[in-house]
Amino acid sequence: MNEFASFMYYILPIILMNMAPLALVALGGLYTEKSGVINIALEGIMVMGAFTSVYAATLFTGWFAGMSIQIVVLIGLLIGALLGTIFSLTHAFASIHMKSNQIISATALNLFAVAFAVFTARTIYGHRRLPFTETTMIREVPFLSSVPIIGPVFFTNAYLSTYIIVLIFAASMVILYKTKLGLRLRSCGEHPQAAESLGVNVYKIRYIGVLASGALAGMGGAAYAFTFQRQFGGEVFGFGFLALAVMISGQWRPMRILLVALFFSFMRLLATQSDSFPGLNQLNLPSQLYRMLPYVATLVVLAFTSKKSQAPRAAGEPYDSGKR
Amino acid sequence: MKDLWTKTLERIGRSPTRIEATSSVMAIVCGLLFGLALMLIVNPLEAFPGFFTVITGPFQEGLRSLGNMFYFGVPIILTGLSVAFAFRTGLFNIGATGQLTMGALTAVYIGVNWGFLGPFHWVVAVLGAMLAGALWGAIPGLLKAFRNVHEVVTSIMLNYVAMYFNTMIIMNFLYDFQASRTAHPLPSARLPVLFLQNIFPGSRINIGIFIAVFFVAITHILLKKTTFGYELKATGFSRDASRYAGMNEKRNIVLAMVIAGAISGVAGAMMYLIPGRHLPYETILITEGFTGIAIALLGLSAPIGVMLAGLFYGALHQGGTYLQLYDFRPEIIDIIIAVIIYFSALSLFLQKIVKTFIDKRTKASMGLSEEVETR
Repeated sequence: MNEFASFMYYILPIILMNMAPLALVALGGLYTEKSGVINIALEGIMVMGAFTSVYAATLFTGWFAGMSIQIVVLIGLLIGALLGTIFSLTHAFASIHMKSNQIISATALNLFAVAFAVFTARTIYGHRRLPFTETTMIREVPFLSSVPIIGPVFFTNAYLSTYIIVLIFAASMVILYKTKLGLRLRSCGEHPQAAESLGVNVYKIRYIGVLASGALAGMGGAAYAFTFQRQFGGEVFGFGFLALAVMISGQWRPMRILLVALFFSFMRLLATQSDSFPGLNQLNLPSQLYRMLPYVATLVVLAFTSKKSQAPRAAGEPYDSGKR
Repeated sequence: MKDLWTKTLERIGRSPTRIEATSSVMAIVCGLLFGLALMLIVNPLEAFPGFFTVITGPFQEGLRSLGNMFYFGVPIILTGLSVAFAFRTGLFNIGATGQLTMGALTAVYIGVNWGFLGPFHWVVAVLGAMLAGALWGAIPGLLKAFRNVHEVVTSIMLNYVAMYFNTMIIMNFLYDFQASRTAHPLPSARLPVLFLQNIFPGSRINIGIFIAVFFVAITHILLKKTTFGYELKATGFSRDASRYAGMNEKRNIVLAMVIAGAISGVAGAMMYLIPGRHLPYETILITEGFTGIAIALLGLSAPIGVMLAGLFYGALHQGGTYLQLYDFRPEIIDIIIAVIIYFSALSLFLQKIVKTFIDKRTKASMGLSEEVETR
């Protein structure tokens, strides 16, 4: 039993650290789709957020040698969110004002982000990896880490970003379901013409939706880079797409999204820690097989949940105020 | 001179296809200008000579660089064709990368292991790649047709599955431990160079360009001249309407993805059945599949347009190989491509600009002539 407990104390923080950025980016996807715009550029926005935040962190640790690493991380997360917002503006402009195909414009953003990150890193450093290698993990949160059960799970080997993400997720549930703005956002995704007839500015609301997704995905990218990657190399390996799949399998509902994110984090845990799992490590399967797992699981989950999709009805359609 | 100008504008204005083509050209110009601006920021002194070299890439070294333009264009024409073909059926094949990876892996596997095939070796390798791509394309097609899963999400997931599968197979079966990289296909599996070596001496051109043109012709005939192609386009316009008209829209969706996947698979064979190129096994998606999206858009999803756009990409890529001379990183080409895709997403807007511009000019002159006539 004791062995089991220590094993759980080992894996639960890892699941949590996988789950937080995944849920955050999926939440970003929720904002934009609820407002009626599909944004598969989450991946590219994450790359932009991750790149700029890690680059900023590199500069900050150089300028202020004594600065606490957690403050650097906090600033990095904010810069990631800011860059994500600015970058997603291009997608918002194309898909809202220009009524263009939202998938094509988002694909352009995805390609641009990786090319830009690699190009800039190579122009500055000569190679694609950024030289930021600090550990951003918090070993133990003072006082709280000594609470039984909760302490070892939530307050040891934790990341600052996880706590911020929990706050944002809670706030978002209030915004989406308890405020006027949330109601307007959802109405623009279901029936924008009806919303406009009641005096809602559909363009403005959709801009808010897309920019919110940009901010969250940008911050998610920063959190991803600070959590998983020692030297960021201009790639988040489909994490943004995975978040999109989490949102779809979560049927566009925050609580279900959390549950699905938990499931996927477990899959990612299997993928990265397969050799430390009792039972699995004796099978001696190639590690790539486990790495495929999250993606294969997505396919299977989607195949069983998409038949009766609960997507916002107007998501993906350019707004045409004259349409009946 | 002015007369010629208005006449050309009139001629463009009369056909929607020509307006679309003009907006494609505008997207390309915008992308190139963005690239130039970026080069000016990074290194103002070398920007103009570097930029000039990029856009005149195929003519830098005479026939050699011209041949290389065709060489670089081949896989892109094929992936562009794959994306365009799916587009016509209303499907967005963002999974060309995964299909290409599976095709390349199959081609290399056959190329390394099946030496007993003799002169048919490379043909079988290409056919194997085609089959693998088709199977990989069938999965999102089936899921879309029967389980209503959006093909974009599934094919993205399959890209990553293909990437890890590729790594796994290479590490376990195709690894050349002495050179510490993917084993190389046998000489009999290499794509034949034919007489092309004499026309374009020193270039890397091979039979691939003929294979690409062959697929362009096939898809053009399929889409324009056959009932099946008509059904595919009808399914693309409206799934429900085509079902009411008695078409088997589910079968059409699956077949469109199978064909698109097969073409991408061939692209994979074209890329790696070549001396000196090794199938990568790192966790990196092969970018040619994504570039195909840009090429399909620029080519207006028509096979012949895709061929022209693919050759343009080949020229750009050949130009990019000289960029190191000017101390620029070659990723700038990828940035330019991304910006071109973005502007082709704005094509509706660009078309409107073209249309109003033409209308203004031609109406101004036509208004005058009408007045003369009424008098």
